[in-house]
Amino acid sequence: MKKTLSASTKSNLITYAMLAVIFAVVQLLSVTGNLSSLVSGLLVPICMYIILAVSLNLTVGILGDLSLGHAGFMCVGAYSSAIFSMLTKDVISADLLRYVLALLVGGAFAAIFGILIGIPVLRLKGDYLAIVTLAFGEIIKVIVNNMYIAKDIHGVHFAMLTSISDMGLDEGSKEVILNGPQGISGTPQTKSFVIAFVLVVITVAVILNLINSRTGRAIMSIRDNRIAAESVGINVTKYKLMAFSVSAFFAGVAGVIYSHNTYALQATTKNFGYDMSILILVLVVLGGIGSIKGSILSSIILISLPEILRDFQKYRMLIYAILLIVMMIVNNNPVTKAFFKKIFGSLKRLLPKKKAAEKSSEVTQ
Amino acid sequence: MTILETKNLGISFGGLRAVDDFNIEIQKGELYGLIGPNGAGKTTVFNLLTGVYQPTCGTAYLEGKKITGKKPAEINKAGIARTFQNIRLFSNLTVLDNVKIGLHNHYKYTTASGILRLPFYFKTEKKMNQRAMEMLKVFGLEEESGYLASNLPYGKQRKLEIARALATEPKLLLLDEPAAGMNPNETAELMKTIRFVRDHFDMTILLIEHDMKLVSGICEKLTVLNFGTELAKGPTEQVLKNPDVITAYLGE
Repeated sequence: MKKTLSASTKSNLITYAMLAVIFAVVQLLSVTGNLSSLVSGLLVPICMYIILAVSLNLTVGILGDLSLGHAGFMCVGAYSSAIFSMLTKDVISADLLRYVLALLVGGAFAAIFGILIGIPVLRLKGDYLAIVTLAFGEIIKVIVNNMYIAKDIHGVHFAMLTSISDMGLDEGSKEVILNGPQGISGTPQTKSFVIAFVLVVITVAVILNLINSRTGRAIMSIRDNRIAAESVGINVTKYKLMAFSVSAFFAGVAGVIYSHNTYALQATTKNFGYDMSILILVLVVLGGIGSIKGSILSSIILISLPEILRDFQKYRMLIYAILLIVMMIVNNNPVTKAFFKKIFGSLKRLLPKKKAAEKSSEVTQ
Repeated sequence: MTILETKNLGISFGGLRAVDDFNIEIQKGELYGLIGPNGAGKTTVFNLLTGVYQPTCGTAYLEGKKITGKKPAEINKAGIARTFQNIRLFSNLTVLDNVKIGLHNHYKYTTASGILRLPFYFKTEKKMNQRAMEMLKVFGLEEESGYLASNLPYGKQRKLEIARALATEPKLLLLDEPAAGMNPNETAELMKTIRFVRDHFDMTILLIEHDMKLVSGICEKLTVLNFGTELAKGPTEQVLKNPDVITAYLGE
């Protein structure tokens, strides 16, 4: 590592530096008391959207498969972790420990679903894959809305398609955990920006390290040319599943953040359905497909903007729409692209040098 | 020693018999040519050998072991590597990464040690980089190691594809029209490269080609295909003098 740094390492360092700056600015603002309650309420959701966008970018940008079921994995993570936290809130008293375990539970459940769904679905390509993953997201939502879980002195009860009152629970010790469409209320809350930010850093680090490893190269080779990848001995199914399940894991983690940041957790189209999946995809596409830096920036801008623009009620959506168009143009215009390349290029030059051949390379950021 | 042997290999697409009763025997170290007019089924033979298509009849053996029925990735692991008629590089990755993907099954570490950046990751990556640079040097591509594969000039893309295939350490290398689209100078250079690959890597090569100068220049043995069936086979000079072959190429 001494003097020479490859282009990809430099690009990663810039990403980490960007995250550090963002963290420092937010901390500075909150210490000096310049953070309005509106913005501070947005911090954790923004972290959640960054995790969602970065993890979807692994499927869309690195693996090259269009998935519209990301909100479905988020839903799995949110519900499984909320149920876990509800069940263990009396057993595990340490909030942080319980939250960390909830993160693992939510992520693991989402990853398992990722594998189960990935095995049949990843044989499809393009539009077909998009449609099937979209359907998966909707199915998860419907199932969750018809699940009932409650606790009494006899233990934990689970039922589908009934109602809590029909479950024959012991009235004296009844404690409803998941009440069908009414969802879960009273999940222990963890609204810390610092924890959410740490999770963002972990997500970004894991995904960047994955991309710049043997596994990541195999995944990208499938994206670039599936037939050639097979011809050099890459197990296509294995690496597709791996990318898909890692992506689902982090969607699950984002779901955990969501469920532990909302008192009344309900599965609607807006939070776990079609709308959400499209929104995450918009973040990825506008940030630049395959660009982790871009996903982070577009999440921050596009999620905070509608809230900040609330003062201009009437023009809010107009400005938002114009911004979407501008970002799209900026991201796909050769002139602006060259301009950004120049800026990032001069940033890279500040870092230790490597020979000319390396400099001109443009690894997927 | 026989490297590749096929017995009555054939495939039909619907009613079309694309390849019929294909028999070939290639010895270790041979430079074998597969020629024939357009649509004769040459590339189909490659696709059958590498598992892209499954034959409707017949079997292929690599060093006496059956490879028919295996998937493309497994056949590569068994020891056949190939290049493509229309170059198929990993165009959004660097030249170095293209070769490193070829090394995938020979330099291993787990995904976890890649994510956690354990010392073993750095050690193996270093070895991979060294090996890949060696391969690139052989093909005179070391200067371009950091370029995107798609930014290479055509001739060098062809070379990179061969380098990537060789990185998988095959026993048999299949080249599908390596000289397609090259000018006479580039073709002459390619001939040198192919010979060099055979001698330097002790490789057995089966190649498809239309350029008769290249074929007669480097191939020791030929098989001629026409309409999916074998027209002639044997030592190069003998085959090229065969009146049937001349008719197939030039017409009556």
